[in-house]
Formats: sequence, C-alpha cells, structure tokens
Amino acid sequence: MSDLFEAVHRFSSETSPLDFHLVIENWRLFWYGLVNTLILWIVSLIAGGLFAIPLAVIRARRVPVLNQIAYGYIYVIRGTPLLAQLYVIYYGLSQFEFIRESAAWTILRDPWWCALISFSIGTSAYTGEILRGAIEDTPRGEVEAATASGMSQSMILRRILLPSAFRRSLPSYGNEVIFSLYTTVLASMVTVIDLLGAARQFNSKYYLAYEGFVTAALIFMAIVFVITRIFRFLEGRMLRHLAPISS
Amino acid sequence: MIASIRKIALASVMVFASFGVAAAEDIIRFATEAAYPPFNERAADGSIVGWEIDLGMAMCEKIGRKCEFVAQDWDGMIPGLLSNRFDGIFASMSITEERKQRIDFTNKYYQSPAYFIAKKGTKIDRSAKDLGGIKLGTIGGVQSCFLAKYYPDAKVSIYPTAEDTYLDLQAGRVDTILAESVQTDFGLLRKNPDAQYAFIGEPALDKECYGEGIGIGVRKDDVALKGILNKAIKEVRADGTYDKLVQKYFGYDIYGQ
Repeated sequence: MSDLFEAVHRFSSETSPLDFHLVIENWRLFWYGLVNTLILWIVSLIAGGLFAIPLAVIRARRVPVLNQIAYGYIYVIRGTPLLAQLYVIYYGLSQFEFIRESAAWTILRDPWWCALISFSIGTSAYTGEILRGAIEDTPRGEVEAATASGMSQSMILRRILLPSAFRRSLPSYGNEVIFSLYTTVLASMVTVIDLLGAARQFNSKYYLAYEGFVTAALIFMAIVFVITRIFRFLEGRMLRHLAPISS
Repeated sequence: MIASIRKIALASVMVFASFGVAAAEDIIRFATEAAYPPFNERAADGSIVGWEIDLGMAMCEKIGRKCEFVAQDWDGMIPGLLSNRFDGIFASMSITEERKQRIDFTNKYYQSPAYFIAKKGTKIDRSAKDLGGIKLGTIGGVQSCFLAKYYPDAKVSIYPTAEDTYLDLQAGRVDTILAESVQTDFGLLRKNPDAQYAFIGEPALDKECYGEGIGIGVRKDDVALKGILNKAIKEVRADGTYDKLVQKYFGYDIYGQ
C-alpha cells in the first residue's frame, strides 16, 4: 500500500501534469462521497421502481380518476428540472412554519432524506412511463390466451403482463438507471457529500479542479461500466427469444 | 551563432506576445459571482450590479480602460482565469497562500472579517473543538479552512452559496453560520430585523485561511495588468472615490487596517 502511494507520488510530481497524490491522500473524502452516492442511487431506484409499477398499471389500464392523477404527477415531474424539485422539497417546504412544527420535519430537516425523496420521485415518473409503454405493447394474443384459459384480470397482470413488460423494458430501463446515477450529483447542492460533493470539497480546499472532478468522473465511469455489463447479461438471458434468428 | 539564433527566436516570440497584449488591451474582463450582495449581485433586469462593480468601473475610468464584468460560478473562478476566459477575478476573493500557488493577486481592496451569526443568546463554545456540539452551516473555501483548523470536530454543513446558509439558519436546520460580516449584515440581518440575529463573539481571524485581505485575482504571467490595477486601487483610494462608494453602500469602513 505504501509502495503504491509512493509510486503515485512520484508519478504526480515527475510525470503527470495532474496531482493525484493529493487525491489519494484524501481517499476518505471520496470514499465517503461514493458510499453516499451509491446508497442514494440504489435506494431511490428501489423506492422509485416500486412506486412506478402501480403508476404504469393505472396508466396502461386507464383506471378512471387515478389515471388522470397519475398523468398529472408524471407530467409535473417530467416537466420540471430535478434540481427545482429538490429545492422545493428542501428549501421550499422548510419555509412553512406548520411543516417545521409537524412530524414530517424530522425527515424533511435532514438534507439526506430530502435528496432521497426527490430522487425517488424523479425516477418513479420516468420508470413508470417506460413500464407503461411496455405493458401497452404486449401482444394482444398473449392476453387473449390468458383470458381464454380462465385467468382473472389480476392474475393476467401478475403472470403475463408485468413479467413480459419488465423483460421488454430492460434496455430503456438500463438507460434510466444510468441517468438516475447522474441525478444523484444534485445531492451536493443541499450539503450532502456525494461523489461530486467530495470533488467540490476537494476543489475548494486545494483549488485543484481537474484532479477532483476527473477522479469523480473516473469513478462514475467505473460504476457505469458495471451497470452496462449487468444489463447486457440480463438482456442476453431474458430477451433471448427476441433475438434475430442466426442462420 | 546559436546564441544569436536564440535571441532572434526570443525577440520574435516577444513581438507575438506583445501583439497578444495589444489585442487584449481593448477591454479588461472581470469575473464576478453575481450572487454576493451588496458586493456583486444580479439586478431585477439580469444585469450585474454592486459595490465591486461600481468600484471596478471607477478604477477603470481612472486608468482610462474599458472594463466588463462577467458572471462565473465560484468553483470555476480560478480554472476560468487560468484558461483565459477572463482577465481578473473581481469577486471578493481572499488573498491566501494556497490560491497564490495558482494565481497572483493585486493589493487588497477591502477586508471584512467573518463572524459566527446566530439568534441572540445562542451559546457557542469557542474554546471547544466541536463548538459545544452545535450544528453549523457555511460555504466552502476560506470559511471551511478556518473551521477545519480550529474546530475540526464541529458538525459542519457546506452550502453552495451564502444565501443557502441563511435559509437553513432561518429554517433551524443549523444553529449558527460562519459567514463574512458585510454580506451577512445585508443579506440576513438587515432583511430580518425582527428575527434577532446577531454577530456572536469575536470575529474569526486567521491569516493562513483568510489571508491578507481581498484582492483582484490575475494570472501569474499577467504582470502588466496587476500593475495597472494596483495603480487604479491607489488612485481611487487617494482621491476619495473609494470612500464615497463605501459610504454609499455600507456606512462603515470596510478597508480594514
């Protein structure tokens, strides 16, 4: 470990125009940021994903009243920048005294929870629309066959529509997963030290913009590399029946 | 022989360099944050106004040069200067040793200390490394340098701008903020006279973190501009223009010792 440290030091001072020695020295800061980024990202994906399923079903089935509400929700969330949503939740809600005195304040006063809530809301709207499209694209024949074999509406949903929609939405959902990773950088705007927040702190401490931000960018690239591998694997397994027939 | 070739090469480089200077001499571009009232801020119509803008323009008038202010986020100030996107940082930037390793500064044009600001009666234990366990908000840079040095165990949240710290002080997310005094006087204290916010205790002073005052940041190789600006500061100080602007905006001296 100390050999590696020494090597980076030598590389930084002799060869590289960028000083990565200080980055290594501050690895705790970047590690802390990475952990925050990963937790915010994964938990918001799970929470947003779970909320996206009823949204998608309501929209695809055109459930009266609820459909209009779901449409309005998705429209507002997709129609406004995520940073504005985060600020509304973090600074906006804190302006009201009745909120500060309510039980919700124990959660809302914490910037970490505000970030998590707004990221979950954000990804739920986008994922909901991806899933709705996939449900609506299900071949009619599959549903008719299920109805003919005596399945109830809810059983069709559980056994036919949703599993098939999940599979077919994988490629576009992979995109949403990557995008939602990048939206977590907004957490640093409300004092949560995520990966970008760590790079910002590093920058404000040493005035080394490139070193800090390049480090953050490289870590993001590594995460995305893993995500794309996972999705390629999943697509290979689950969408094999849709692949072109090779002769 | 080789020496004379060198001389010719050097001379031609200098000719080109002076062309560069001549082209740049038309207009001096200053970067400002445009979010630091009353020093620099955006007016309702989107233009950048403030004491620093008035001072900068007065200085330029004294030395007969055209100047222009451009808005730039704080994080990109030094990188932007180094990549020639503007010629000077006129944005209440403290002259510190760390910054001096990357850029150069003119003489100071003001210096106002940082204070802890909280509701009157808030107890801040300045002798404890964690400030008595209270929650504190501040912005990055010099303020976080001071805190890391004297209060390493304090619970500190770092905000993108000073305005954000005011909002969270008012919301009660933090008990106190560490902020530059003039800015907070205008941004928070004068705007909320009923809220009973006050400067608590002694000013936060540390030469290593806060440096020797606030100067205009310039590129290290831009010696000519540094000289011109220093002359301009001296002239506006000498002829009373500076004092007039200080009186207009603050009502008390901000030049310091």
